[in-house]
Amino acid sequence: MSVSPPELKIADYGMGNLRSVAKAFEHVGVAATVSSDPGELAGASALVLPGVGAFPEAMREIERRGIGEPIRERAAAGVPVLGICLGMQLLFESSAEHGGAEGLSLLPGTVAPLAAPGLKLPHIGWAHLGIERESELTAGIADGEPFYFVHSLAARPLDTDVIATADYGERFAAVVGRENVFGTQFHPEKSSAAGLRMLANFAALATAPAAA
Amino acid sequence: MPLKRLIPCLDVDDGRVVKGTNFVDIRDAGDPVELAARYDAEGADELVFLDITASHEDRDTIVQLARRTADEVFIPFTIGGGIRSVADAQAVLDAGADKVGINSAALARPELIGELAAVFGSQCVVVAIDARRVPGAGSGPAWDVYVAGGRNRVEGREAVAWAVEAAERGAGEILLTSMDRDGTEDGYDLELTRAVAGAVPIPVIASGGVGTLDHLAEGIVDGGADAVLAASIFHYGRYSIAEAKRAMREAGIDVR
Repeated sequence: MSVSPPELKIADYGMGNLRSVAKAFEHVGVAATVSSDPGELAGASALVLPGVGAFPEAMREIERRGIGEPIRERAAAGVPVLGICLGMQLLFESSAEHGGAEGLSLLPGTVAPLAAPGLKLPHIGWAHLGIERESELTAGIADGEPFYFVHSLAARPLDTDVIATADYGERFAAVVGRENVFGTQFHPEKSSAAGLRMLANFAALATAPAAA
Repeated sequence: MPLKRLIPCLDVDDGRVVKGTNFVDIRDAGDPVELAARYDAEGADELVFLDITASHEDRDTIVQLARRTADEVFIPFTIGGGIRSVADAQAVLDAGADKVGINSAALARPELIGELAAVFGSQCVVVAIDARRVPGAGSGPAWDVYVAGGRNRVEGREAVAWAVEAAERGAGEILLTSMDRDGTEDGYDLELTRAVAGAVPIPVIASGGVGTLDHLAEGIVDGGADAVLAASIFHYGRYSIAEAKRAMREAGIDVR
Protein backbone atom coordinates (compact mmCIF):
# COMPACT_ATOMS: atom_id res chain seq x y z
CA MET A 1 0.00 0.00 0.00
CA SER A 2 1.13 3.53 -0.55
CA VAL A 3 1.56 5.90 2.35
CA SER A 4 1.75 9.66 2.25
CA PRO A 5 5.09 11.17 3.28
CA PRO A 6 5.25 11.80 7.02
CA GLU A 7 4.67 15.28 8.35
CA LEU A 8 7.52 15.09 10.81
CA LYS A 9 7.54 18.17 13.01
CA ILE A 10 10.21 19.31 15.43
CA ALA A 11 8.60 21.25 18.27
CA ASP A 12 10.33 24.57 18.82
CA TYR A 13 10.09 25.80 22.39
CA GLY A 14 13.15 28.01 22.21
CA MET A 15 15.61 25.55 23.70
CA GLY A 16 18.60 24.02 22.02
CA ASN A 17 19.89 22.88 18.75
CA LEU A 18 16.86 22.42 16.49
CA ARG A 19 18.79 22.86 13.28
CA SER A 20 21.07 19.86 13.91
CA VAL A 21 18.06 17.62 14.55
CA ALA A 22 16.32 18.75 11.35
CA LYS A 23 19.51 18.25 9.32
CA ALA A 24 20.04 14.77 10.75
CA PHE A 25 16.54 13.72 9.66
CA GLU A 26 17.17 15.26 6.24
CA HIS A 27 20.38 13.25 5.99
CA VAL A 28 18.39 10.01 6.32
CA GLY A 29 15.89 11.18 3.72
CA VAL A 30 13.13 12.43 6.00
CA ALA A 31 11.83 15.96 5.62
CA ALA A 32 11.45 17.56 9.03
CA THR A 33 10.17 21.03 9.75
CA VAL A 34 10.72 23.06 12.87
CA SER A 35 7.57 24.68 14.22
CA SER A 36 6.25 26.46 17.28
CA ASP A 37 2.78 26.81 15.81
CA PRO A 38 0.17 24.80 17.75
CA GLY A 39 -1.94 24.30 14.60
CA GLU A 40 0.98 22.93 12.60
CA LEU A 41 2.08 20.62 15.39
CA ALA A 42 -1.49 19.33 15.70
CA GLY A 43 -1.21 18.05 12.12
CA ALA A 44 2.07 16.20 12.64
CA SER A 45 2.30 12.51 11.77
CA ALA A 46 5.44 12.29 13.91
CA LEU A 47 6.64 14.69 16.56
CA VAL A 48 10.13 15.35 17.94
CA LEU A 49 10.87 17.25 21.13
CA PRO A 50 14.54 18.22 21.06
CA GLY A 51 16.15 20.28 23.74
CA VAL A 52 19.06 21.45 25.73
CA GLY A 53 18.48 23.55 28.81
CA ALA A 54 16.51 23.58 32.02
CA PHE A 55 13.28 21.66 32.56
CA PRO A 56 11.14 24.34 34.29
CA GLU A 57 12.02 26.96 31.69
CA ALA A 58 11.22 24.53 28.86
CA MET A 59 7.80 23.68 30.33
CA ARG A 60 7.01 27.37 30.80
CA GLU A 61 7.86 28.03 27.13
CA ILE A 62 5.81 25.03 25.98
CA GLU A 63 2.74 26.28 27.82
CA ARG A 64 3.33 29.91 26.84
CA ARG A 65 3.45 28.96 23.17
CA GLY A 66 0.38 26.76 23.58
CA ILE A 67 2.11 23.66 22.22
CA GLY A 68 1.63 21.39 25.25
CA GLU A 69 -1.92 20.58 24.17
CA PRO A 70 -1.12 19.50 20.58
CA ILE A 71 1.80 17.40 21.86
CA ARG A 72 -0.46 15.60 24.36
CA GLU A 73 -3.21 15.23 21.77
CA ARG A 74 -0.84 13.78 19.14
CA ALA A 75 0.61 11.32 21.65
CA ALA A 76 -2.90 10.21 22.64
CA ALA A 77 -3.79 9.82 18.96
CA GLY A 78 -1.00 7.27 18.59
CA VAL A 79 1.37 9.43 16.56
CA PRO A 80 5.04 8.56 17.17
CA VAL A 81 6.65 11.02 19.60
CA LEU A 82 10.40 11.20 20.27
CA GLY A 83 11.90 13.27 23.08
CA ILE A 84 15.64 13.94 22.84
CA CYS A 85 17.75 14.75 25.93
CA LEU A 86 15.75 17.43 27.81
CA GLY A 87 12.90 16.54 25.44
CA MET A 88 12.92 13.00 26.83
CA GLN A 89 12.83 14.30 30.39
CA LEU A 90 9.82 16.50 29.55
CA LEU A 91 7.82 13.35 28.67
CA PHE A 92 7.70 12.38 32.36
CA GLU A 93 5.47 13.60 35.18
CA SER A 94 7.91 15.93 36.90
CA SER A 95 11.54 16.90 37.38
CA ALA A 96 13.52 17.94 40.44
CA GLU A 97 15.60 20.35 38.34
CA HIS A 98 15.86 23.98 39.57
CA GLY A 99 13.19 23.70 42.26
CA GLY A 100 11.02 21.29 40.33
CA ALA A 101 8.27 21.44 37.73
CA GLU A 102 5.49 19.35 36.23
CA GLY A 103 6.19 17.66 32.90
CA LEU A 104 4.01 16.54 29.98
CA SER A 105 3.12 13.29 31.80
CA LEU A 106 3.16 11.17 28.64
CA LEU A 107 5.19 8.57 30.54
CA PRO A 108 4.94 7.57 34.21
CA GLY A 109 7.97 8.48 36.30
CA THR A 110 10.08 11.42 37.39
CA VAL A 111 13.43 13.04 36.59
CA ALA A 112 16.16 13.34 39.22
CA PRO A 113 19.86 14.25 39.33
CA LEU A 114 22.30 11.54 38.32
CA ALA A 115 23.73 9.77 41.36
CA ALA A 116 27.36 9.94 40.29
CA PRO A 117 29.44 10.43 43.44
CA GLY A 118 32.97 11.52 42.63
CA LEU A 119 32.19 11.99 38.93
CA LYS A 120 31.94 15.21 36.99
CA LEU A 121 28.53 16.65 36.13
CA PRO A 122 27.16 17.22 33.61
CA HIS A 123 27.89 13.82 32.16
CA ILE A 124 29.33 14.79 28.77
CA GLY A 125 30.59 12.37 26.18
CA TRP A 126 30.20 9.02 24.52
CA ALA A 127 28.89 6.10 26.57
CA HIS A 128 28.05 2.51 25.66
CA LEU A 129 24.37 1.68 25.30
CA GLY A 130 23.14 -1.46 27.05
CA ILE A 131 20.07 -2.74 25.24
CA GLU A 132 17.51 -4.11 27.71
CA ARG A 133 14.75 -5.14 25.35
CA GLU A 134 13.88 -5.18 21.67
CA SER A 135 12.33 -2.11 20.14
CA GLU A 136 11.72 -0.69 16.68
CA LEU A 137 13.86 2.28 17.72
CA THR A 138 17.01 0.22 18.31
CA ALA A 139 16.62 -2.07 15.28
CA GLY A 140 20.03 -2.68 13.72
CA ILE A 141 21.89 -1.12 16.63
CA ALA A 142 24.35 -3.39 18.39
CA ASP A 143 24.37 -3.81 22.15
CA GLY A 144 27.29 -1.71 23.44
CA GLU A 145 27.17 0.85 20.62
CA PRO A 146 28.28 4.27 21.96
CA PHE A 147 26.06 7.39 21.86
CA TYR A 148 26.74 11.01 22.78
CA PHE A 149 25.34 12.35 26.08
CA VAL A 150 25.15 15.79 27.70
CA HIS A 151 23.04 15.80 30.89
CA SER A 152 23.02 16.17 34.66
CA LEU A 153 19.65 14.57 35.41
CA ALA A 154 18.12 11.28 34.35
CA ALA A 155 14.60 9.89 34.12
CA ARG A 156 13.30 7.36 36.64
CA PRO A 157 10.80 5.44 34.46
CA LEU A 158 8.96 2.18 35.06
CA ASP A 159 11.30 -0.75 34.42
CA THR A 160 8.96 -1.95 31.69
CA ASP A 161 9.43 1.31 29.76
CA VAL A 162 13.24 1.02 29.65
CA ILE A 163 14.57 0.01 26.22
CA ALA A 164 18.27 0.69 26.89
CA THR A 165 20.49 1.95 29.69
CA ALA A 166 23.89 3.56 30.02
CA ASP A 167 26.27 3.82 32.93
CA TYR A 168 27.57 6.91 34.71
CA GLY A 169 27.96 6.32 38.41
CA GLU A 170 24.66 4.48 38.18
CA ARG A 171 22.80 2.68 35.40
CA PHE A 172 20.24 5.11 34.07
CA ALA A 173 17.53 5.02 31.41
CA ALA A 174 19.08 5.99 28.07
CA VAL A 175 16.20 4.95 25.80
CA VAL A 176 12.59 4.67 26.94
CA GLY A 177 9.47 3.72 25.08
CA ARG A 178 5.83 2.96 25.74
CA GLU A 179 3.61 2.29 22.75
CA ASN A 180 4.14 5.33 20.46
CA VAL A 181 6.06 7.54 22.92
CA PHE A 182 9.88 7.30 22.93
CA GLY A 183 12.78 9.16 24.47
CA THR A 184 16.57 9.13 24.20
CA GLN A 185 18.70 10.73 26.89
CA PHE A 186 21.59 11.01 24.40
CA HIS A 187 21.67 13.11 21.22
CA PRO A 188 21.10 10.83 18.22
CA GLU A 189 21.73 13.82 15.93
CA LYS A 190 25.27 14.00 17.36
CA SER A 191 25.92 10.25 17.60
CA SER A 192 27.21 9.67 14.07
CA ALA A 193 25.99 6.70 12.03
CA ALA A 194 24.31 4.87 14.91
CA GLY A 195 22.37 7.99 15.87
CA LEU A 196 21.23 8.56 12.30
CA ARG A 197 20.08 4.95 12.18
CA MET A 198 17.96 5.52 15.28
CA LEU A 199 16.36 8.64 13.79
CA ALA A 200 15.59 6.70 10.60
CA ASN A 201 14.04 3.93 12.74
CA PHE A 202 11.85 6.53 14.43
CA ALA A 203 10.79 8.14 11.14
CA ALA A 204 9.89 4.69 9.80
CA LEU A 205 7.31 4.38 12.58
CA ALA A 206 5.50 7.36 11.10
CA THR A 207 5.40 5.84 7.64
CA ALA A 208 4.64 2.27 8.70
CA PRO A 209 1.00 1.32 8.15
CA ALA A 210 -0.87 1.02 11.43
CA ALA A 211 -1.02 -2.50 12.81
CA ALA A 212 -4.26 -4.26 11.95
CA MET B 1 33.49 7.23 32.92
CA PRO B 2 32.84 8.72 29.49
CA LEU B 3 34.89 7.14 26.74
CA LYS B 4 38.16 8.89 25.97
CA ARG B 5 37.89 11.03 22.86
CA LEU B 6 39.95 11.50 19.74
CA ILE B 7 39.44 14.95 18.26
CA PRO B 8 40.84 15.95 14.89
CA CYS B 9 41.43 19.68 14.72
CA LEU B 10 40.92 21.71 11.58
CA ASP B 11 42.68 25.05 11.46
CA VAL B 12 40.68 27.21 9.09
CA ASP B 13 41.74 30.33 7.23
CA ASP B 14 39.18 32.07 5.05
CA GLY B 15 37.12 28.89 4.80
CA ARG B 16 40.00 26.54 3.96
CA VAL B 17 41.89 24.07 6.17
CA VAL B 18 45.48 24.88 7.02
CA LYS B 19 47.96 23.61 9.56
CA GLY B 20 51.09 25.41 10.50
CA THR B 21 54.36 24.25 11.87
CA ASN B 22 54.78 26.29 15.02
CA PHE B 23 51.95 28.37 13.52
CA VAL B 24 53.95 29.55 10.50
CA ASP B 25 54.51 27.96 7.11
CA ILE B 26 50.87 27.03 6.60
CA ARG B 27 49.73 24.52 3.98
CA ASP B 28 46.32 24.08 2.39
CA ALA B 29 44.82 20.69 3.23
CA GLY B 30 41.38 21.04 1.77
CA ASP B 31 37.76 21.87 2.30
CA PRO B 32 36.93 21.79 6.03
CA VAL B 33 33.45 20.33 5.66
CA GLU B 34 34.57 17.58 3.32
CA LEU B 35 37.38 16.70 5.69
CA ALA B 36 35.04 16.87 8.71
CA ALA B 37 32.53 14.50 7.11
CA ARG B 38 35.36 12.08 6.34
CA TYR B 39 36.54 12.22 9.95
CA ASP B 40 32.98 11.54 11.16
CA ALA B 41 32.72 8.52 8.84
CA GLU B 42 36.11 7.22 10.05
CA GLY B 43 35.12 7.36 13.72
CA ALA B 44 36.25 10.73 15.07
CA ASP B 45 34.48 11.44 18.37
CA GLU B 46 34.31 15.19 18.01
CA LEU B 47 35.80 17.97 15.90
CA VAL B 48 37.40 21.29 16.63
CA PHE B 49 37.55 24.09 14.07
CA LEU B 50 39.95 26.90 14.88
CA ASP B 51 39.57 29.99 12.75
CA ILE B 52 43.16 31.15 12.92
CA THR B 53 42.57 34.49 11.26
CA ALA B 54 39.13 35.16 12.69
CA SER B 55 40.15 38.37 14.36
CA HIS B 56 40.76 39.94 10.95
CA GLU B 57 38.08 38.21 8.93
CA ASP B 58 34.43 38.69 8.28
CA ARG B 59 32.48 36.88 11.04
CA ASP B 60 30.05 35.47 8.50
CA THR B 61 32.72 33.08 7.19
CA ILE B 62 32.84 31.11 10.43
CA VAL B 63 29.06 31.10 10.85
CA GLN B 64 28.77 29.75 7.32
CA LEU B 65 31.32 27.07 8.20
CA ALA B 66 29.28 26.04 11.27
CA ARG B 67 26.14 25.92 9.15
CA ARG B 68 27.70 23.83 6.37
CA THR B 69 29.28 21.49 8.91
CA ALA B 70 25.97 20.94 10.72
CA ASP B 71 24.42 19.99 7.37
CA GLU B 72 26.80 17.09 6.86
CA VAL B 73 28.50 16.15 10.10
CA PHE B 74 26.72 14.34 12.93
CA ILE B 75 29.19 14.41 15.78
CA PRO B 76 29.72 17.29 18.22
CA PHE B 77 31.89 20.13 17.00
CA THR B 78 33.51 23.18 18.52
CA ILE B 79 34.16 26.48 16.78
CA GLY B 80 36.95 28.67 18.10
CA GLY B 81 38.67 31.82 16.96
CA GLY B 82 37.43 35.34 17.15
CA ILE B 83 34.53 34.70 19.54
CA ARG B 84 34.40 37.73 21.83
CA SER B 85 30.81 38.00 23.04
CA VAL B 86 27.60 36.17 23.82
CA ALA B 87 26.29 37.36 20.44
CA ASP B 88 29.29 35.86 18.58
CA ALA B 89 28.75 32.56 20.40
CA GLN B 90 25.01 32.64 19.76
CA ALA B 91 25.59 32.96 16.01
CA VAL B 92 27.75 29.84 15.70
CA LEU B 93 25.68 27.80 18.15
CA ASP B 94 22.47 28.68 16.30
CA ALA B 95 24.18 27.63 13.08
CA GLY B 96 24.68 24.16 14.57
CA ALA B 97 27.95 24.20 16.53
CA ASP B 98 27.84 22.45 19.90
CA LYS B 99 30.55 24.39 21.71
CA VAL B 100 32.57 27.55 21.34
CA GLY B 101 36.26 27.87 22.01
CA ILE B 102 37.55 31.11 23.49
CA ASN B 103 41.14 32.11 24.06
CA SER B 104 42.37 35.70 23.82
CA ALA B 105 38.91 37.16 24.49
CA ALA B 106 38.77 35.26 27.79
CA LEU B 107 42.21 36.53 28.76
CA ALA B 108 41.25 40.08 27.87
CA ARG B 109 38.01 39.83 29.83
CA PRO B 110 37.71 36.69 32.01
CA GLU B 111 34.06 37.53 32.84
CA LEU B 112 33.20 36.35 29.32
CA ILE B 113 33.58 32.73 30.48
CA GLY B 114 30.87 33.14 33.10
CA GLU B 115 28.61 35.07 30.74
CA LEU B 116 28.76 32.31 28.13
CA ALA B 117 28.26 29.59 30.77
CA ALA B 118 25.20 31.39 32.18
CA VAL B 119 23.52 31.70 28.79
CA PHE B 120 24.50 28.43 27.09
CA GLY B 121 25.67 26.17 29.93
CA SER B 122 29.22 25.19 30.83
CA GLN B 123 29.13 22.27 28.39
CA CYS B 124 29.21 24.82 25.54
CA VAL B 125 32.28 26.69 26.77
CA VAL B 126 35.78 25.47 25.90
CA VAL B 127 38.63 27.66 27.11
CA ALA B 128 41.68 27.24 24.90
CA ILE B 129 45.07 27.87 26.49
CA ASP B 130 48.30 28.21 24.53
CA ALA B 131 51.14 27.52 26.97
CA ARG B 132 54.88 27.76 26.69
CA ARG B 133 57.46 26.67 29.27
CA VAL B 134 59.08 29.44 31.24
CA PRO B 135 62.76 29.11 30.37
CA GLY B 136 64.89 28.20 33.36
CA ALA B 137 62.03 28.30 35.86
CA GLY B 138 63.48 27.81 39.32
CA SER B 139 61.27 25.70 41.59
CA GLY B 140 59.63 23.18 39.25
CA PRO B 141 58.21 23.79 35.80
CA ALA B 142 55.94 26.70 34.96
CA TRP B 143 54.20 27.73 31.75
CA ASP B 144 53.44 31.15 30.36
CA VAL B 145 50.21 31.88 28.51
CA TYR B 146 50.38 33.13 24.93
CA VAL B 147 47.89 34.69 22.53
CA ALA B 148 47.86 35.61 18.86
CA GLY B 149 48.91 32.16 17.70
CA GLY B 150 51.83 32.02 20.10
CA ARG B 151 53.26 35.42 19.22
CA ASN B 152 52.44 37.39 22.37
CA ARG B 153 53.01 36.41 25.98
CA VAL B 154 50.25 37.44 28.39
CA GLU B 155 51.71 39.41 31.29
CA GLY B 156 51.02 37.98 34.73
CA ARG B 157 49.34 34.74 33.65
CA GLU B 158 50.60 31.25 34.47
CA ALA B 159 48.93 28.45 32.49
CA VAL B 160 47.95 26.09 35.32
CA ALA B 161 46.56 28.90 37.46
CA TRP B 162 44.67 30.28 34.46
CA ALA B 163 43.12 26.86 33.77
CA VAL B 164 41.96 26.67 37.39
CA GLU B 165 40.46 30.16 37.18
CA ALA B 166 38.74 29.36 33.86
CA ALA B 167 37.15 26.26 35.40
CA GLU B 168 35.99 28.26 38.43
CA ARG B 169 34.44 30.85 36.12
CA GLY B 170 32.38 28.21 34.35
CA ALA B 171 34.47 26.68 31.56
CA GLY B 172 33.28 23.19 30.64
CA GLU B 173 36.57 22.05 29.14
CA ILE B 174 40.17 23.15 28.73
CA LEU B 175 41.82 22.81 25.33
CA LEU B 176 45.48 22.85 26.27
CA THR B 177 48.09 23.43 23.56
CA SER B 178 51.81 23.28 24.16
CA MET B 179 53.38 25.98 22.01
CA ASP B 180 56.78 24.34 22.58
CA ARG B 181 55.56 21.10 21.00
CA ASP B 182 53.08 22.37 18.41
CA GLY B 183 54.33 21.38 14.98
CA THR B 184 57.35 19.46 16.30
CA GLU B 185 55.83 15.94 16.18
CA ASP B 186 57.70 15.14 19.41
CA GLY B 187 54.51 14.32 21.32
CA TYR B 188 52.44 16.25 23.85
CA ASP B 189 54.08 18.15 26.70
CA LEU B 190 52.99 15.46 29.18
CA GLU B 191 54.22 17.37 32.19
CA LEU B 192 52.06 20.35 31.24
CA THR B 193 49.07 18.09 30.51
CA ARG B 194 49.43 16.31 33.86
CA ALA B 195 49.79 19.58 35.73
CA VAL B 196 46.57 21.02 34.28
CA ALA B 197 44.55 17.77 34.31
CA GLY B 198 45.46 17.32 37.97
CA ALA B 199 44.49 20.87 38.86
CA VAL B 200 41.05 21.27 37.28
CA PRO B 201 37.80 19.36 37.85
CA ILE B 202 36.81 19.56 34.16
CA PRO B 203 37.97 17.59 31.11
CA VAL B 204 41.30 18.52 29.53
CA ILE B 205 41.98 18.10 25.82
CA ALA B 206 45.70 17.62 25.15
CA SER B 207 47.03 19.37 22.05
CA GLY B 208 50.25 20.21 20.29
CA GLY B 209 53.01 17.93 19.10
CA VAL B 210 51.44 14.67 17.92
CA GLY B 211 53.67 12.91 15.40
CA THR B 212 52.93 9.22 15.97
CA LEU B 213 49.91 7.20 17.08
CA ASP B 214 51.68 6.30 20.34
CA HIS B 215 51.59 9.97 21.28
CA LEU B 216 47.78 9.88 21.42
CA ALA B 217 47.71 7.12 24.03
CA GLU B 218 50.48 8.87 25.98
CA GLY B 219 48.35 12.00 26.29
CA ILE B 220 45.67 10.00 28.07
CA VAL B 221 47.65 7.39 29.99
CA ASP B 222 50.64 9.54 31.00
CA GLY B 223 49.18 13.03 30.60
CA GLY B 224 45.86 12.31 32.29
CA ALA B 225 43.91 14.01 29.49
CA ASP B 226 40.27 13.14 28.81
CA ALA B 227 40.63 13.74 25.10
CA VAL B 228 43.46 14.05 22.60
CA LEU B 229 43.59 16.44 19.70
CA ALA B 230 45.68 16.19 16.58
CA ALA B 231 45.71 17.83 13.18
CA SER B 232 48.45 17.28 10.66
CA ILE B 233 48.90 13.53 11.18
CA PHE B 234 45.40 13.10 9.77
CA HIS B 235 45.35 15.88 7.18
CA TYR B 236 48.05 14.56 4.96
CA GLY B 237 46.73 10.99 5.00
CA ARG B 238 49.62 9.69 7.05
CA TYR B 239 47.27 7.97 9.51
CA SER B 240 43.55 7.37 9.42
CA ILE B 241 41.24 8.04 12.35
CA ALA B 242 40.50 4.31 12.43
CA GLU B 243 44.21 3.52 12.82
CA ALA B 244 44.46 6.06 15.63
CA LYS B 245 41.46 4.60 17.45
CA ARG B 246 42.90 1.12 17.07
CA ALA B 247 46.21 2.24 18.54
CA MET B 248 44.40 3.81 21.50
CA ARG B 249 42.34 0.66 22.04
CA GLU B 250 45.49 -1.49 21.91
CA ALA B 251 46.98 0.74 24.60
CA GLY B 252 44.08 -0.28 26.85
CA ILE B 253 42.04 2.90 26.50
CA ASP B 254 38.24 2.61 26.34
CA VAL B 255 37.30 4.41 23.13
CA ARG B 256 34.30 4.40 20.86
